[in-house]
Amino acid sequence: MNIAAERPARNGPGWSPGAIPDAVRPDFPILGEQVRGLPLVYFDNAATSQKPRAVIDAVADFYRHDCANVHRAVHTLAERATLAYEAARERVRGFVNAASANEIVFLRGTTESINLLAHGLGRDWQAGDRVVLTAMEHHANIVPWQLLRERTGIEIAVLPVTERGELVLEALPDLLDERTRLVAVTHVSNVLGTINPIAEITRLAHAHGVPVLVDGAQAVPHMRVDVQAMDCDFYCFSGHKMFGPTGIGALYGKADLLAALPPWQGGGEMITRVTFERTRYAAPPQRFEAGTQHAAGAIGLAAAIDYLSTLDMAAAAAHEQALLARATEGMQALGGVRIFGQAPHKAPVISFLVEGVHAHDLGTLLDRKGVAVRTGHHCAMPLMDFYGVPATTRASMAFYNTLDEVDRLIEAIAYAREVLQ
Amino acid sequence: MSDEMEDLYQEVILDHNRRPANFRPMPDANRTIEADNPLCGDRLELFLRVEGDRIEDVSFLGSGCAISVASASMLTEHLKGATVADAEALFAAVHAVLTDEKATVDEERLGNLMALSGVRRYPMRVKCATLSWHALKAALASRRPDPVTTE
Repeated sequence: MNIAAERPARNGPGWSPGAIPDAVRPDFPILGEQVRGLPLVYFDNAATSQKPRAVIDAVADFYRHDCANVHRAVHTLAERATLAYEAARERVRGFVNAASANEIVFLRGTTESINLLAHGLGRDWQAGDRVVLTAMEHHANIVPWQLLRERTGIEIAVLPVTERGELVLEALPDLLDERTRLVAVTHVSNVLGTINPIAEITRLAHAHGVPVLVDGAQAVPHMRVDVQAMDCDFYCFSGHKMFGPTGIGALYGKADLLAALPPWQGGGEMITRVTFERTRYAAPPQRFEAGTQHAAGAIGLAAAIDYLSTLDMAAAAAHEQALLARATEGMQALGGVRIFGQAPHKAPVISFLVEGVHAHDLGTLLDRKGVAVRTGHHCAMPLMDFYGVPATTRASMAFYNTLDEVDRLIEAIAYAREVLQ
Repeated sequence: MSDEMEDLYQEVILDHNRRPANFRPMPDANRTIEADNPLCGDRLELFLRVEGDRIEDVSFLGSGCAISVASASMLTEHLKGATVADAEALFAAVHAVLTDEKATVDEERLGNLMALSGVRRYPMRVKCATLSWHALKAALASRRPDPVTTE
């Protein structure tokens, strides 16, 4: 079993943050790519992160050696596939420190997780019931609730953000009353990088008996997550943003809350007994995993978790902060650069606009220098409206990025400005 | 700049972006259309005054990337005083040069619009260059056109 293989302790704790990129870059084959004749500088990690060889191999090895449908048959390959799939669930449990593996549902990603919850939780909600979102949510944590609002007439309340890009927590208690059914909030903003105080939010919400859903997509690549310590009720994330494969993610839910949810999709494997008169549904998590599961994805996700466990995450986070500081200082030194998101507690994400340069032109010109960034609204149009801009450029970093790459970004911005102004 | 970059950001495009032509409102316009490109947040408004089969005046407002602004600016220069039939023929010629490598190109007719042909090598940017042209086409087809979007 590949995912169960013992991994040598190549990188122990106690790394110096600066040594991290040199140690890990050889693990990521794509970082050796050339773009436009130049070494790739990949700063679009918040869109998707790159994959270490361990993940690529785990997925390929599943198809080469262990491929079978999980939970379906008694032959040897089916047994291997099933064991690996359930072992992956246990890895995810450990990764977020859930109390039980039965609290982990494999889904396609964060978007599907939130849609599942809007569907399941919203079943009993009525017109006038309220869900509280925040002004910095990704469309994935806005549109599912709007779809529910169209069906049921619920109310959507929005917790505002400050100009610096922090939640106005003082406004939260006023939005919590007997009609409030859920607070749904991002852990880390994909645009601003702001790390939100989830434990504080759950404390406030729980004081009013309101459960909390956390969109963890942007948090899991950068920090250790402990769902029990934060006491959130639901937590969801996507594998591909944390160095795992696309098409797989996980939803954590407290056992009693998952048990109260209706099925999401109907089909094979989510039942205990089917007759034409009546069907009995399986208990969570199988209740929410209808049809053939993305076993290779789950196994790849487990490989990503294993890979992260070989890193000193505190040192990696310190290195990421050094990257963020260098980029911020570099942009400030250029002048004429507006940075969106100035929270003191930030993930290594930096959204900005260069005076006189449209974000899209900047994106194309940076690409000509081998630098990959995201341009556009970042699936957060309400936040763009708040700042009164149509689009920004976003550089988002990971632990494998280097300070030299940050310097190449700053040089490329200077070049683009020279071309366009 | 590298040769390839010059291909996309030619001086004529940069000039039109810095100082767009006919960048003004038109109080007596009889065709107005909004066009947006949600991918990059470009939002343009195109104004036309069409008398009979002739475009008496054309202007635009809005914000966008250099490619979309330059394209709209050049559009207004080419079509002021043109007949509707000329405008439709030019739309077809521009569309072909932006999207079809194999198209026969009437360089003489396109004039400075040839500068836009560089976007063919940047598939993600073609929509920026075609935005105002799709708005034109919709505005010529209907007196009350629906807003145009590239998505």
